[in-house]
Amino acid sequence: MKTALKLFRSNIRQYGMFIALILIMLLFQFLSDGNLLKPLNITNLILQNSYILILAIGMLLVIITGHIDLSVGSVAAFVGAVSAIMMVKHGMSFPVAMVLSLVFGALVGAWQGFWVAYVRIPAFIVTLAGMLLFRGLTMLVLDGKSVAPFPEGFRAISTGFLPDIPGGGDLHLLTVIIGVVLSVFYLFMEWRNRLIQKRYQIEQLPLPFFFLKAAAVVVITNLFTFVLASYKGLPNILILLALLVAFYTFVMRKTVMGRHIYALGGNEKAAKLSGVKTKKMTFWVFVNMGVMAALAGLVFAARLNAATPKAGVNFELDAIAAVFIGGASATGGVGTVIGAIIGGLVMGVMNNGMSLIGLGIDYQQGIKGLVLLLAVAFDLYNKNKSA
Amino acid sequence: MALTDNILEMRGITKTFPGVKALENVNLKVKEGEIHALMGENGAGKSTLMKVLSGVYPYGSYEGDILFKGKACEFKNIRNSEQLGIVIIHQELALIPQLSIAENIFLGNEQVKGGVIDWNGTIVRTRELLNTVGLSESPNTTAGSIGVGKQQLVEIAKALSKEVKLLILDEPTAALNEEDSENLLNLMLAFKKQGITSIIISHKLNEIMKVADSITILRDGKTIETLRVKEDNIDEDRIIKGMVGRDLTNRYPEREPNIGEVLFEVKNWNVYHPVQERKVIDDVSFNVKRGEIVGIAGLMGAGRTELAMSIFGQSYGRKISGQLFKDGKETNLADISKAIDNGVAYVTEDRKEYGLILMEDIKRNTTITNLKGISKWFVVNDYEELNVAEDFRKKLNIKTPSIHQKTGNLSGGNQQKVVLSKWIFTGPDLLILDEPTRGIDVGAKYEIYTIINQLAAQGKGILVISSELPELLGICDRIYVMNEGSFTGEVPRSEANQEILMKFMTKSRG
Repeated sequence: MKTALKLFRSNIRQYGMFIALILIMLLFQFLSDGNLLKPLNITNLILQNSYILILAIGMLLVIITGHIDLSVGSVAAFVGAVSAIMMVKHGMSFPVAMVLSLVFGALVGAWQGFWVAYVRIPAFIVTLAGMLLFRGLTMLVLDGKSVAPFPEGFRAISTGFLPDIPGGGDLHLLTVIIGVVLSVFYLFMEWRNRLIQKRYQIEQLPLPFFFLKAAAVVVITNLFTFVLASYKGLPNILILLALLVAFYTFVMRKTVMGRHIYALGGNEKAAKLSGVKTKKMTFWVFVNMGVMAALAGLVFAARLNAATPKAGVNFELDAIAAVFIGGASATGGVGTVIGAIIGGLVMGVMNNGMSLIGLGIDYQQGIKGLVLLLAVAFDLYNKNKSA
Repeated sequence: MALTDNILEMRGITKTFPGVKALENVNLKVKEGEIHALMGENGAGKSTLMKVLSGVYPYGSYEGDILFKGKACEFKNIRNSEQLGIVIIHQELALIPQLSIAENIFLGNEQVKGGVIDWNGTIVRTRELLNTVGLSESPNTTAGSIGVGKQQLVEIAKALSKEVKLLILDEPTAALNEEDSENLLNLMLAFKKQGITSIIISHKLNEIMKVADSITILRDGKTIETLRVKEDNIDEDRIIKGMVGRDLTNRYPEREPNIGEVLFEVKNWNVYHPVQERKVIDDVSFNVKRGEIVGIAGLMGAGRTELAMSIFGQSYGRKISGQLFKDGKETNLADISKAIDNGVAYVTEDRKEYGLILMEDIKRNTTITNLKGISKWFVVNDYEELNVAEDFRKKLNIKTPSIHQKTGNLSGGNQQKVVLSKWIFTGPDLLILDEPTRGIDVGAKYEIYTIINQLAAQGKGILVISSELPELLGICDRIYVMNEGSFTGEVPRSEANQEILMKFMTKSRG
């Protein structure tokens, strides 16, 4: 029991927001008479929040380096508009248009990264300018009107599902199988990690807790895939998101580049004198943000099946809130990809839950604001306690 | 009670933080009108004790009594203690760089007439105060535009403006050069004549010997002893013994130099100021041999750090010209990663600002300079990293519960060892050490010197920049002296002494 308490204390910061997310889900599940966790609603929740989560991943990197990006909503709208012109007006095939759109996003990111990294204008100002500039360009490109409809193949990114293999009856069999495969893979990796830790004589989670954690992960994963399988299976966008999360988690935790980004955010001067190419790194973080904003813009346009001048308004605020709720530090150097995703989900579940129980938009905004404030206050309180 | 001539008595002070007892039954008696030194190794509890006294840790968060002028005090915050005339000047200066000297001095204590600030009165009072501390600057100068030494004086003027009875200086000379330190100490002696009592915390023994009447030594959060400098006939070795709890027969470890070929040579090095049109380094040439420890002496502002940084990946200055040779071959260290790849390491002067990422742990700080060394295809091997950091922790005797500790929580000496680790990990041939023992206690200094000696014995070249002449004389084989951006002298160990170095340090190039 004592070890349990100790583990709980040392992990409350790491898992605190995750536990909060689960509590919020249970709360709305109760308040909405069981509607929140219905397969249809879960699927909707993923589709509704996908573009914010994509933005949150890019924003996390920006915030870790100690900067901010206010322009992502406008950039997303701009790229969405450009893609619409290419596909709808000029009949370009959608894969080519998508690649070109992402390149466009990279160029936008490079433009902002140049001013931030090399001219050293504060990112707040550069991206505030970008927010206005790219909103203006969006209206210009679209001539103030919506452009629609997109080709079927393009829309499938946001609205399509993984095809099934026969034999599952009402259940989406492939989805269930993927859940099982992922569980097995997870168990294998965890066990392998444990063996390596043993070899390097690192303190390990006591065996009973190890099994408890593994069991929890396996149960949640399979429950989740089972719920999805009883509707239409895995949405395409979820697969894209999962790949992004896996890739960026790996980059930030395991690679030299990730380490350099954290170091740069933690203490730019010390990082520079340690051989980190700080300017180059900052530049590329903004380029990356540009690409992610472009991707979010495409996903949003595909979901809406239209590019509109008003697309992406306030996206930047949701993405920034997600990153901070997920435990990133406003001064840089701290934050995780998973944290940002959980932060985004907290916001998403609250949006969805409050809509389900018929709470007005006025209340929704206010409550979301308070959650952001309380989440950061909670995080700060924990940090002070551990210091 | 009234019979005592102690202005301050702290009795049985115990202060616990979660998990640690920072102070345990500490007693401190300070006589009226004396200069009382508080000494002890880093982490001995000096700063904590002063924070208890000044109300940073409010009454109730510690045990024990504080008596000021015979009256028991229960300070709830700094304002309470300042009202009684207890003023503390912290190690890290608390001036606001954008505000003027006058505004800084009267910050929180504004001179008000009829509800608005009386600027004329403020300026007049500031002039008087600046006169008292011997600072000839206009009250309207911004605090950020004057040097550290002068800023320290502004802090003291600020303290004087509050009708100070007991002045507490926490390592006041740590960032000052010899001349400014000297001025400051003289100022303390002048205050003593005016009846102001002072408590000084310092690691510099010679300064303490110069000004202190009594010395209280703390070790591991406990009072060890209080010495009367004159009555007890105290010398530096006696103080060290009290601080480390054993005789430290030699402050510098023994070493048998084994000097080889020229490792690194700089020829006709010139550097311009990053923004102004003036030369900061003027035609400097020098060399370092394998296995040799070479010192660079000089006053603050002589250009020593600028020289080191301009060599190290051109991280300082503009229009850099000159040649660098390593092992006889000309090399190009155009950026920091090239410098690291070419076996040059630079341990910065300011370890908190430039040396460490304080929010990250020991292991990550250790490996940041050479992640390539523990990576395959740009993927960092976390376990290899643990091995490396653990290895350095043992070799350099870094005192910490684990290598997962954040470097911000370590003491100065241990932080410096982490900075050394991260540079030794790059496998350098030449190590440039800028003020390697600043703000570090005697015991840790000895360990740092030992590490330096070991590195030299491995055939590496060591270049040490230091403002403490005894340190240079104690560890170097050869000392270059710098003044106003150029080298004014080169002295081998056998001929070096403080007077000769001082003479070159103040000499202009003829």
